[in-house]
Amino acid sequence: MGAATLIDRRRRPEGGAGGAGEPPGGSDPVLYEKRRQIYPKLVSGRFRTLKWSLLFLTLGVYYVLPWLRWDRGPGVPDQAVLADFSGGKFYFFFLEIWPQEVYYITGLLILAAIGLFLATAVLGRVWCGYICPQTVWTDLFIVVERFFEGDRNARMMRDRGPNSFDRLWRKSAKHLTWLVVSFATGGAFILYWHDAPQIAETFFSGQAPATAYVFAALLTGTTYALAGTMREQVCTYMCPWPRIQGALIDRDTLGVVYRSDRGEPRGAHRKQETWEGRGDCIDCQQCVVVCPMGIDIRHGSQLECIQCALCIDACDAVMTKVGRPTGLIAYDTDENVVLRASGQKPRSFRPVRPRTALYLLVFLLTAGLMTAGLATRTTLEFTALKDRSLPFVALRTGDIRNAYTLKIVNKLREPRRFSLSVEGLPAARVDVIGESDPTGGELKLAGGAVESYRVFVTAPPSAVDRGGAEISLILTDDAGARTIAATRFSGPET
Amino acid sequence: MTDRSPDVDADSGVETTGHEWDGIRELNNPLPRWWRFIFWGTVVFSLVYWVLMPSWPAPPGLQGHTPGVWGQSDRAAVSGALAEARQERAALGARLMGRDAAAVLNDHELSQLALSLGESAFGDNCATCHGAGGRGARGYPRLADDVWLWGGTLEAIEFTIRHGIRSGSQSARIGDMPAFGRDQFLNPEQISDLVEYVTALSGRSADRAAVLRAAPVFQKECSSCHGREGRGDPAKGAPNLSDGDWLYGGDRATLQRTLYGPRNGVMPAWQGRFDDATVRALAIYVHSLGGGQ
Repeated sequence: MGAATLIDRRRRPEGGAGGAGEPPGGSDPVLYEKRRQIYPKLVSGRFRTLKWSLLFLTLGVYYVLPWLRWDRGPGVPDQAVLADFSGGKFYFFFLEIWPQEVYYITGLLILAAIGLFLATAVLGRVWCGYICPQTVWTDLFIVVERFFEGDRNARMMRDRGPNSFDRLWRKSAKHLTWLVVSFATGGAFILYWHDAPQIAETFFSGQAPATAYVFAALLTGTTYALAGTMREQVCTYMCPWPRIQGALIDRDTLGVVYRSDRGEPRGAHRKQETWEGRGDCIDCQQCVVVCPMGIDIRHGSQLECIQCALCIDACDAVMTKVGRPTGLIAYDTDENVVLRASGQKPRSFRPVRPRTALYLLVFLLTAGLMTAGLATRTTLEFTALKDRSLPFVALRTGDIRNAYTLKIVNKLREPRRFSLSVEGLPAARVDVIGESDPTGGELKLAGGAVESYRVFVTAPPSAVDRGGAEISLILTDDAGARTIAATRFSGPET
Repeated sequence: MTDRSPDVDADSGVETTGHEWDGIRELNNPLPRWWRFIFWGTVVFSLVYWVLMPSWPAPPGLQGHTPGVWGQSDRAAVSGALAEARQERAALGARLMGRDAAAVLNDHELSQLALSLGESAFGDNCATCHGAGGRGARGYPRLADDVWLWGGTLEAIEFTIRHGIRSGSQSARIGDMPAFGRDQFLNPEQISDLVEYVTALSGRSADRAAVLRAAPVFQKECSSCHGREGRGDPAKGAPNLSDGDWLYGGDRATLQRTLYGPRNGVMPAWQGRFDDATVRALAIYVHSLGGGQ
């Protein structure tokens, strides 16, 4: 019985026969249901306008971003946003992330996740309804579909009718256009991983690396399949996010809600009839036919509902036409519906609650940490690795010598000079192997260079305490700024 | 299954397989379409694969296997990759040979290249005796300090690696300490006195009378190689006896044993086993371990 109810709730009533229920004395409930083709009708209104704007914005960002230029000096692609794998760098406008700083990307991902939690806790599935790529590209593909096949009724009629040349060319043109859009999507993706103008040129002359073709093909295929043929099934069956969202929403979270307290009992309404003793819902099915997920919002909140708010637009238009106040379907909470139905005062919207405050706090904390990290980011990395196979060597003069390998990373694009010195050990001498001036050596690093040097620190035995000492190796640049690498100087135990 | 007419399940209207376990019968539902597609897909794939790739054992009378139209061979791929790697290394190595060793050492980029090539060659071939990082062991000189038996300049190190020590190679370095005891050049008392003398040379306390007795013997028998003051001679590979650094140990028993009959340790000649660039990279690496001379 439960399963039967479940399937009934999901069934989209065709042609106004909705809510008729099971045939009496029917067979056992069918647990597997074939996909029903959805023919979403075009709607206009506030939310549709908002969604069009977001569609233009998000697609615009996706297609334009890799073409933005950013001067980075010679030898590096002048691209504002670029994940340069061959050069081992990630560029984001003013940011240049080296492989050892990959935690910035981790930080960005944490920010994205917490931001999503916050938005979901306050406004429900706004991500799903407005800017999820699945939603945006499906919208785009539906635009193409409508252009060639017409709106809901025309499409349904043609699909029910006989095979014809008319149907053939319209469907072919639609799929062909979908493929072109898909290729543009997959093609734009690879622009983020290479210098955009250069890869665009080499791509079409067959000179691009194999990975570029593989990923372009992969994303062309997935775009075509996910936005063209699978659509709402991706959200309902494949995506884990709807399941996670269940844990993020509470009784104060807004959602797209049919206000049954106002709408029921529903029924057809003629112009002269009174509105007394009946609900505002005239059962016109407009909320159902515009739904891209193929559900009936009047059944209450459902797993399939992505809260795109198109049913709000559809219902508002109808309410205006019949002269009733809009907002029969609106952003509201299920709890308020129950409260109003029992004659109580609905709760006012509370965006600030412990849960959202916590999300905001974590968000701000992460953002603050990242900003602080960026502000204090060094342009130089300096580490000293002590030779361990032989902790120290006693020279013939009696002096004690330790060897170190220094790693110096110059993150500036300009060449830099440093002088190397040692502190924490009196009368110690530092020598750099292989530099023409080996004493107190001056180190020259090219711009963006990662270099290593072998260095000896030598001290007279009188200066070395038993067992050694903690010392600092110090790089001083031309401006006098010091960078310190702490390490250990070993000596004899006796 | 003597009855040929299919047994149909009343509830679902689906034919059964005729199998029954504890009253449960198996429906003969068709396999899912996606499953069949994949099944036939793999069959087609294998047919194509058999033609393109080595796959079947050769028919009787022939050896090996069907070669496949593409001529794929893992063995050839490995030798190809090895040859390619060798060529790449040779190109890198050639950069080390264009200039003299000192110039390579003083060029930061080239010296880093030499050190990385040298480090791997050292780890594979030299560290067995000389220890990781050239820390040395009894009988195997420590390369990370400033004591060099045969000289610590880049040229001297390169020569030693190339030709070895008592290696049998024509240009090998040969230092021949006589077996004073075994060959009876000296009697046991003289050897004991010399042990005291050498102990005193390296700054330790020794029997004064024995030292005085041994002084003329040392000058006569030892100083030609080890020097009048026992400071050694890198040209002959004669160790410095005054610096407190001992290859085999400096205690009296060990000195006695050395004077009775020398150890004559051997280092192999690496010329012919390494190409010139590897020898040079090793020389620069070994030089950098202890700072050379």
